[in-house]
Amino acid sequence: MMARVEFINANLAIAEGVMTAGLRFFAGYPITPTSDLFEYLAVELPKRGGVVIQFEDEIASINAVIGASWGGAPAMTATSGPGFSLMLEGLSFAIMTETPLLLAYIMRADPSTGVPTKSTQADVFQARYGAHGNYEIPALVPWSAQEAYELGAKALWLAERLRVPTILLSDATLAHTFERVEFVPVRRAERKRPKVPPEEYRPYEPEDDLVPPMASFGEGYNVMVESLTHDERGYYAPTNEAHRKLIWRLVEKVRRNWRLIHDTKTYFMEGAEVAIYAYGSTARAAYAAVKELRRENLRIGLIRPTALWPFIDEDLKNAVGSARRVFVVENNIGLMYKEVARALRDREVISVPIIDLDLPTPEQIIEVVKEWRR
Amino acid sequence: MKRIRKHPLDGLLRPERLPHLWCPGCGLGIALGAILRAVKKRIEEGYLRREKIAFIGGIGCSARASLYVDFDSAHTVHGRAIPFATGLKAVKPDMKVIVIGGDGDIAGIGGNHLMHAARRNIDLLVIMMNNMVYAMTGGQLAPTTPTGLYTTTTPYGNPERPINVVKLVATMGANYVARASVTHPPLIERYVYKALGKKGFAFIEIISTCPEVFGRHIGMRDAVDLLNALRERVVVKQRPHIDESYYEWEGGKFVLGEYVDKDDPSYLERIGVIKG
Repeated sequence: MMARVEFINANLAIAEGVMTAGLRFFAGYPITPTSDLFEYLAVELPKRGGVVIQFEDEIASINAVIGASWGGAPAMTATSGPGFSLMLEGLSFAIMTETPLLLAYIMRADPSTGVPTKSTQADVFQARYGAHGNYEIPALVPWSAQEAYELGAKALWLAERLRVPTILLSDATLAHTFERVEFVPVRRAERKRPKVPPEEYRPYEPEDDLVPPMASFGEGYNVMVESLTHDERGYYAPTNEAHRKLIWRLVEKVRRNWRLIHDTKTYFMEGAEVAIYAYGSTARAAYAAVKELRRENLRIGLIRPTALWPFIDEDLKNAVGSARRVFVVENNIGLMYKEVARALRDREVISVPIIDLDLPTPEQIIEVVKEWRR
Repeated sequence: MKRIRKHPLDGLLRPERLPHLWCPGCGLGIALGAILRAVKKRIEEGYLRREKIAFIGGIGCSARASLYVDFDSAHTVHGRAIPFATGLKAVKPDMKVIVIGGDGDIAGIGGNHLMHAARRNIDLLVIMMNNMVYAMTGGQLAPTTPTGLYTTTTPYGNPERPINVVKLVATMGANYVARASVTHPPLIERYVYKALGKKGFAFIEIISTCPEVFGRHIGMRDAVDLLNALRERVVVKQRPHIDESYYEWEGGKFVLGEYVDKDDPSYLERIGVIKG
């Protein structure tokens, strides 16, 4: 049977993707350019047995999502930069307590109120380390409405699979771009369940993949959700030994499972001497630029990560292959460039920061690449 | 031979998580004991199932209670226990979700959530232990600190008036609002027992004594002296009027009693998650 096809924007595509993956709870606070995602779920999710609540602010929203997640429900919130800033303490709490949740972060132009209806890609580091504490969390980055549908579902799945808050980093440009979306089958979001009876269960005792099975509230496990540094039982453990053990496990849990997170796309990279590294909406302009430059016989390809974080050097190196020069094109002051340049010390890495409230154009990108060709 | 004597409430506590962090003479233990006796009674009567009870706390001395009890429990972000509890209750409507926190946690940093949760009439029991000071951090000003009193951040006396949380929550439309005090543990037990049977938002303020910080700073470090000083200021009424709820320390009264007891439709009823 042919999958359903709709002409929708990336926000609604995210909503469709997460509902198909099994979303049961959404809490949020209105913010441009995110509100239509919220409004769409407010109509659709209750029809599928889920609950949608508008809270008094973003702080309440993320904490309610954490509570719902401990109630056993795949849960999410959605916001933009200012709201995300308010959510950071809650995000840190979710990281520490290994609470699965999806946070759809629809970037808008920056800082402060900026241009709420327009976008840049200014918040990629905010999505990585915005909250306090040592941690790694996954951040997926779609470039189309279709991919927003697929990565939305995948992000919810990852959150549950790894017991970690996961960010879906989209932007205002994609939120306003209507295009064809095919509702392809996606994986159901499911968390690992305890394999032992309640009296033997420890809520933070990991398995070999470093992910602890998770009991929900109301099932007789007497779960302890502890924001303090804790042992496997969830009891406060203010020692170097316990703290190091916990922090490194929380970080390694995400890093070691990076193959579940990353699915980096490459275009025309076979035999490419030059590459563009671009992500999200900007990658669309980069893709057009690459095609144009190839018509002029430049051996250039495109590397497009669908996950920015955790940053995995090995994944990038595999994608780069033998290309000796890499342009990092992004709609900000050159943020991912810092990581790409660090990972590719043996190549020539060039930052191409183009701040544009709509999108960098292919022409702008072509101009820079040609400049370096001389 | 040493005999290990068990406390009658040990079955509801996590003894291996003890000792607790409360100072000698603190009123919080009196309050927790009374709360647990009410919970125990509801369980023994078959009204509540033990695995369907959750204790949620934020940050502070009072919030630690949720970690000492042997139920599903959470030690959440400062001020955010109510949103956490709301999310939990929305997806687990068959659970009885109890929030325990101090006055700073619930009415200070978390005041916005308290107000909106009461307005929403979400099906929760929120118990606010009010010791009128930020105790865990060493005695700073609380929104509940009576006018004129010394705190470490108002060394010349508190120039502000204390928030009347009972009146705030009542105004916002909660189904049940009561004030109790650690000077009268049977009242705590009775109100908690009653509130556990309510739908919608139930709120109980428990006036508590903090001799180590609040008492010491006002020249009443002895736990019994402070308890007696509070007892002198406490008045118990059957159904006090909401205008009687404001308190001050100098020349004021703490009027205990059930201020609101009604059965408006709850949030979960209104969205069809539970039947009315």
